[in-house]
Amino acid sequence: MTERALPATLTEAGPSPGSRWLGYLGVRVAIVFIVFLWSLPTAGLLISSLRDSDALVETGWWDAVLHPFESAQQWTLANYATTLGAEGMGEAFVNSIIVTVPATVIPITIAAFAAYAFAWMRFPGRTVLFAIVVGLLVVPLQMSLVPILRLYGNLDLNGTFLGVWLAHTGFGLPLAIFLLYNFISQLPKDLLESAFIDGASHLTVFMRLILPLSIPALAAFAIFQFLWVWNDLLVALVYLGVSSDVAVMPARLNELVGTRGDQWHILTAAAFVTMVVPLIVFLALQRYFVRGILTGSVKG
Amino acid sequence: MTSPAVPIERPTDWRGLAARLAAPVGAVLAVAVMVLSLGFLADPDGPQNALIGLYNALGLTGQAEALAQEGLDPILSKAIIAVVGLAIGVGGIWLIYIGAHSVLELLGPRWLSRLVPWVFIGPALLLVGVFLVFPSITTIITSFTEGDGFIANFGFVFTDADMLIALRNNALWLVLVTGGSVIIGLVIASLVDRVRAEALAKTFIFLPLAISMAGAAVIWRFVYAWQPPQEAQIGLLNAGWTALGNEPVPWLQTPGVNTFLLILIMVWLQTGFAMVVLSAAIKGIPSEVIEAARCDGAGESRIFFRVIVPMIRGSIIVVATTIAVAVLKVFDIVYVTTGGRFETEVVANRMFNEMFLFRDLGRASALAVILFLAVIPIMIINIRNLRRQGIGA
Repeated sequence: MTERALPATLTEAGPSPGSRWLGYLGVRVAIVFIVFLWSLPTAGLLISSLRDSDALVETGWWDAVLHPFESAQQWTLANYATTLGAEGMGEAFVNSIIVTVPATVIPITIAAFAAYAFAWMRFPGRTVLFAIVVGLLVVPLQMSLVPILRLYGNLDLNGTFLGVWLAHTGFGLPLAIFLLYNFISQLPKDLLESAFIDGASHLTVFMRLILPLSIPALAAFAIFQFLWVWNDLLVALVYLGVSSDVAVMPARLNELVGTRGDQWHILTAAAFVTMVVPLIVFLALQRYFVRGILTGSVKG
Repeated sequence: MTSPAVPIERPTDWRGLAARLAAPVGAVLAVAVMVLSLGFLADPDGPQNALIGLYNALGLTGQAEALAQEGLDPILSKAIIAVVGLAIGVGGIWLIYIGAHSVLELLGPRWLSRLVPWVFIGPALLLVGVFLVFPSITTIITSFTEGDGFIANFGFVFTDADMLIALRNNALWLVLVTGGSVIIGLVIASLVDRVRAEALAKTFIFLPLAISMAGAAVIWRFVYAWQPPQEAQIGLLNAGWTALGNEPVPWLQTPGVNTFLLILIMVWLQTGFAMVVLSAAIKGIPSEVIEAARCDGAGESRIFFRVIVPMIRGSIIVVATTIAVAVLKVFDIVYVTTGGRFETEVVANRMFNEMFLFRDLGRASALAVILFLAVIPIMIINIRNLRRQGIGA
């Protein structure tokens, strides 16, 4: 064993306790500042939506935070009543649910079958077909708009929920198959082999084994698709339109920006109503969502 | 041990056959019901007509007439469509898979093993084909043939003054949103790693990802709101700006500034995504590597730029690619804030306007093709990077 001289820098490498503590404080201050900055716009929206229309244009929303108990602030829930009722956000909320639930559930089923086949079955053209499906991940949705609009015109599907469910299913499938494939193909091989030796068919293995084991991946994709469909404006505008009996919330919100652009008490409440459901879903299921992002983008 | 005296009865086989036939017959019936109910779902008056039919069949003609006159409550009607749609979308699809599988089972094990993969991927391929492959090909053809033809459609894109603004803006969006989100996300990811409330801080920065772009557009319209100089400024930006002694500025109507302010909205939305992925990548670096660098006397910033960044290079490229592809397609932010006026136009928004405002499907298709072509180089860079790392094909 040869004795090696310690690098001279080693003794100076560790910062002194004092400067380390300062550095730690600096990091904390920086993070608090960033979090504050990031939350400020949304906080302003939420506070404004709870203020009377007069108070809202007379003073900035931060005034209501600094002096919350002065009578001039005029806290109220009336904006929400107006938005949900007269301004049609309530009906748009119902439409959004009707559009989103099937458009989330249907692609999951179809994608799970396909992902299983791509992962565990041998058939001619498997690699090529899978490459095509994954390649379609990057094809902009805009490429489909004109032809599908024409197709729907011929089939009388424009402005129907069925048309939007099908469109969201088609557009969502590449990501769904990709995410589920990443998960399903990683399941232990022995497990499936022993099932086949016991005489199970592919269908049985899929239903009894694969689906229960894939719940985390299914949940991750469900959250993705839910947020995407719920927040979508483009597909909804193109295939559903803006008539109040079918318009979803982002579309209705956009209408309000056009017609009520200066009435901030309505716009802020309306914007917050569109955000409530995705925020709840997101906060409740964040863990799965993050896991889904990580399998989708890091391994990819 | 006695062998059974009575031979196995013949009828049992018939019963077995019936049982084997039941599933396929049921499946065929289910498919038929499903196809018929698609018509029901596509018709907004479907629930009402079905109820009237039901009343008539039950002999309740009075109720049927009343319903025909008053019409069904729209919310109830929509709820019926949704429930039926969900039942068919879930139950019907399962029946198709199970039914097709049982038909193959009847044909024997050889056919089963040969055809069952196609049953599993068939519906997915069909839908992807109808909604992505076939339309993409059609759009390319349309961009060449529709309107005044290829030269006019694409020539317009590269000569029209508004379009040149849109192309310039798209380039700005691409560079600034991607660069901004990745850099800020990386900085936050490396900072947040060191505090105890990491998860909470991350949630706040990640949260905008759950907000629709239309919602985000309204949030930021409010930040950028403008009031005449004599009135109180309720927009955060103008409040700060006037507090510094300046005249209030109608930010979104001011060319030269407004595009950057719209880009900021997208950075706000996407940084959380970059942060989460990069934070996971940083956590994946073995702590010995960083310890070793520290022992060798590297300072914090040196470790960051010479050790951490190179080691998560792959993740950075993946994040940048994902964001860049998302940026190219972005439409909602511009549509809701300015509608593309005041020199804020981007390609995706212009495409929407060509479709619905100007009814020029040739130009709209040409713009879609350009979006598509813009994605390809980004993807090639990404695939090359994956190859170099030895991942994938």
